[in-house]
Amino acid sequence: MRIDQRIIDQWIKPDSRVLDLGCGDGTLLRYLADHKNVRGYGLEISPQDIEACIAKGVNVIEQNLDQGLQNFDDNSFDTVIMSQTLQTMRYPKTMLAEMTRIGRECIVTIPNFGHWRARLQLLFRGRMPVSDLLPYEWYDTPNIHFCTFRDFEILCRDMHLQVVDKAVVTEKSSGRHLSRWNPNLFGETGIFRVRK
Amino acid sequence: MAHAFPPDSVGLVIPQILHFSEPLVLANGRQLREYDLVVETYGTLNTAKSNAVLVCHALSGHHHAAGFHSPEDKKPGWWDHYIGPGKAIDTNRFFVVSLNNLGGCHGSTGPQSLNPDTGEPWGADFPSLRVRDWVAAQYRLMQRLGIPQWAAVVGGSLGGMQAMRWSLEYPDAVRHCVVIASAMKLSAQNIAFNETARQAILSDPDFADGHYLKKGTQPTRGLSVARMIGHITYLSDDGMGKKFGRELRSGSFQQGVEEPVEFQIQTYLRHQGNSFSKTFDANTYILMTRALDYFDLAREYNDDPVAAFRHATCKFLVVSFTSDWRFAPERSREIVNALMRAEKDVVYAEIESPFGHDAFLVPNQPRYLGVFGGYMRGISL
Repeated sequence: MRIDQRIIDQWIKPDSRVLDLGCGDGTLLRYLADHKNVRGYGLEISPQDIEACIAKGVNVIEQNLDQGLQNFDDNSFDTVIMSQTLQTMRYPKTMLAEMTRIGRECIVTIPNFGHWRARLQLLFRGRMPVSDLLPYEWYDTPNIHFCTFRDFEILCRDMHLQVVDKAVVTEKSSGRHLSRWNPNLFGETGIFRVRK
Repeated sequence: MAHAFPPDSVGLVIPQILHFSEPLVLANGRQLREYDLVVETYGTLNTAKSNAVLVCHALSGHHHAAGFHSPEDKKPGWWDHYIGPGKAIDTNRFFVVSLNNLGGCHGSTGPQSLNPDTGEPWGADFPSLRVRDWVAAQYRLMQRLGIPQWAAVVGGSLGGMQAMRWSLEYPDAVRHCVVIASAMKLSAQNIAFNETARQAILSDPDFADGHYLKKGTQPTRGLSVARMIGHITYLSDDGMGKKFGRELRSGSFQQGVEEPVEFQIQTYLRHQGNSFSKTFDANTYILMTRALDYFDLAREYNDDPVAAFRHATCKFLVVSFTSDWRFAPERSREIVNALMRAEKDVVYAEIESPFGHDAFLVPNQPRYLGVFGGYMRGISL
């Protein structure tokens, strides 16, 4: 499992009900089912990922998140997860509102567009950042709504959402120390635990 | 000349007729004192008896789902692309049971059978049936075959309705329910198509109020038109356009020429209608379209599909096809949403396909095969 998924795992209560938006190949849901008796569903649109979920025995539902989540009731899940997907949404704010409507708690993972390397690329090369984590050119990227950690927290504040916990993931160990000092500059991936 | 069967075929199959002498009380209050079911099986029942799969047929289907009836047989069973060694329903793993439902015209007791009270063919007097009657008869078949529980009940369209009914009526007897291109109930438009088809049959003088066998006639014209109507709705506008377009079979639009014009689609449809009307029974067609119309999964659960599905204990696979407008993806999503609200295990896939409602029968669709076969492989025995 990815590091961010391991952190998410720590925030999920045993025997709870989880909705994973953009569940990928189902690794997280499989793990949560096996180790914490967590039940729930993953939404996905990639045919390859859907087949991978089926092979793992994960409850995967083909559904395009951009077409909304009207089919889910208020507070019908303990936790709604969106891992590395919010920045690909057409309407991230609406999505965040929907997530907090459906889940008693939400966990959102986002890549940090305010990372120092991204800033340097823009500042010195004058080009939109391309990195290992964000390996797309601007014209063919699925990531259409980038934000920094700070941006995300400001959005939560504006929406009167509580960020009850957050964690920052950074691949290199040197970056890990620095990101503790200034996460918005050195953190690569932010994981936010949000409530209404 | 006899040909060798393809290696991924179940090969030669011999249907068997099973007689049931215990009366079956039907949903409409009448009863069938005794009845026959014609059945085919593929693969081998394992010693734990945990690998049995029931295949439920759709409107015009029957027991012959896979394999060949003779070495000279040119056409295999109706779902041969998806049942066989290494196929989606893998007969190396599963013991597959396929039957002709009650009211059918391929060997099971139906309108063509003799009414034991009169010694004459039932015809239009054959009791009307609902999906639950089929499921009740299938349950008895399961017991007769010594199967304690189905690994899966699988069906497309009307067959999917049977599979869902199974999950509610006999929850302990089903581990997996596979519902393909189906719905919890028909829409008004769907009923309208069925009614138009029925009226085509009823208005054929040879129908003789459903007693054509006694009279020695066959309402082939009416049944043919009924099938043509149905067939249009099983294909998509796009698919039909790609296959036939405005191609002419004969005639010409040349200036100064008065030659009757026939489009390819006309010939095709008429051929479909004609060949169907020679092999299918009109009363069965009416009976089965009515069973489709009457089906409403949640009727007896206060019209609440969530309450209905709470009775199920099995896992579900639901599949729809993008170009299917007869049983549109939206109908499948309704099933899935109800299942999720009822907190049931469910997988849902919406397969991109140009083949309309018929897509569930059409071969060489890698995504469909991946989802369907992948799900079936995940069923533990």
